[in-house]
Amino acid sequence: MFDRTMSTLHPEHSIRASHGLLSASDLTVTLDGKTLLDIPSIRIDAGGPTIVMGPNGAGKSLLLRLLHGLVLPSRGSIFMQGDPLDAKRRRRQAMVFQSPVILRRSVRANVEFALAAHGVPRARRRSEAIRLLTVAGLQDKARQSAPSLSGGERQKLTVVRALATRPEVLFLDEPTSNLDPASVMAIENLIMNASAEGTKIVLVTHDIGQAGRLGEDVLFLHQGRITEQTPLQAFTVSPKSQEAAAYLSGELLI
Amino acid sequence: MNNFAESFSVSLRLVFLGDAELWAIVLLSLQVSLTAVILACLIGMPFGAMLAVTRFPGRRPLVVTVNALMGLPPVVVGLLVYLMLSNSGPLGVLQLLYTPSAMIIAQLILVAPIIAALTRQTVESLNEEYADQLRSLGVTHLRSVPTLLWDGRFSLATAVLAGFGRAIAEVGAVMIVGGNINHVTRVMTTTIALETSKGNLALALALGAILILIALAVNAAVTLLDAVSRQVSYV
Ligand SMILES: Nc1ncnc2c1ncn2[C@@H]1O[C@H](COP(=O)(O)OP(=O)(O)O)[C@@H](O)[C@H]1O
Ligand SMILES: [Mg+2]
Repeated sequence: MFDRTMSTLHPEHSIRASHGLLSASDLTVTLDGKTLLDIPSIRIDAGGPTIVMGPNGAGKSLLLRLLHGLVLPSRGSIFMQGDPLDAKRRRRQAMVFQSPVILRRSVRANVEFALAAHGVPRARRRSEAIRLLTVAGLQDKARQSAPSLSGGERQKLTVVRALATRPEVLFLDEPTSNLDPASVMAIENLIMNASAEGTKIVLVTHDIGQAGRLGEDVLFLHQGRITEQTPLQAFTVSPKSQEAAAYLSGELLI
Repeated sequence: MNNFAESFSVSLRLVFLGDAELWAIVLLSLQVSLTAVILACLIGMPFGAMLAVTRFPGRRPLVVTVNALMGLPPVVVGLLVYLMLSNSGPLGVLQLLYTPSAMIIAQLILVAPIIAALTRQTVESLNEEYADQLRSLGVTHLRSVPTLLWDGRFSLATAVLAGFGRAIAEVGAVMIVGGNINHVTRVMTTTIALETSKGNLALALALGAILILIALAVNAAVTLLDAVSRQVSYV
């Protein structure tokens, strides 16, 4: 779906490719006179997962919501493959929120809901939901009420539900915080499978290990500004920005 | 004049041996109140949900008004419906006064604000939780209402039971617009009032016992629903 090699080998191949998968320039979000995000330019390319890091309150969740079209910028606009992010293009994205939103119905119905919202015919929803739940190891819980799942299972369900819509871009906002190692691994597997199948992953995490296991590049946010966007290897060894260096060494950033 | 014990034993016989007149009254009460509650749901639920998910000028005052209407005094509602339906009133041509339809209208006016206000509350708080997720899935605005109503089903069922409880126990409004006419508009509450004043305590007590049973059943149902919903969706 996203042929990275092609666009790097032949930059002239398509004008669209030069825009990146997601891009924006001169982007700001202001609320009550406070500038929450100020991004002169951002570009997220197709390919391996992009990790978004930064201290609490830096604006990571806000950036994801902005790129997903849930918040409108005060200035600037978002482009997907060079075209303005409209309702049609937003439907090619999905998001897993920082606090999982579980519908008060069965596990299977949660997945079927996403399938229905994306126009999958009723006759195919059940089998498709079961297939997706099986991949995540949740098939035995299909008929259980979703709110009664454990934390790890709930988060797995939100990832499965987001993937049910076959998104081209999947935003994940700290999907494994508060989970035990087994659940973290299960969710990372789901993410890696999706990535391998061509879904662009944009993942917020504070877990350097996770960033290393999943990420291709890192976008570091501090006080609503992107201080750097660096390939993962380089980022963990020697970040370019002072803020990222301080963050990685555990210093308190405000 | 009957003494209490005698009235009591007669009332037990009425209940358990199946007195035709008694059951006709109970049946009419249930018919009137259930119809009123169903109509109130058809009006109140979409209206309450609409109030919960839309933003427009004057929405706040409307919400406050609907909440305030939950406490309408039944006697006053009876009086207003009476004025509307009486021969000289604007709806006099319909000839509804002193019919079960008039009682349904009065109870509808009492119950609809309860259903609307509680629906608004339920849907609004659920929407706070769901809004981003639903928008993320491309389910926007009014199209999210069926989802919110369905996922709020336990709270909404409680609201319906509360509305039914208010309707079935209400006496002032149905007395005024129904007229408490034997075999036509006599319901449990109005019969109790009348028979007590006539000194026929047996029938009053029998109906009172049935009314209490219904009230208890409604409350038990609310408690049960609450327990079920907690179990189903502990967070
Ligand atoms: N709806 C909002 N209203 C007011 N302030 C907000 C809102 N959303 C985010 N913020 C502010 O924006 C900043 C960034 O928040 P957030 O994106 O949640 O941070 P992060 O996810 O990096 O921890 C915070 O200072 C937060 O208080
Ligand atoms: Mg956050």
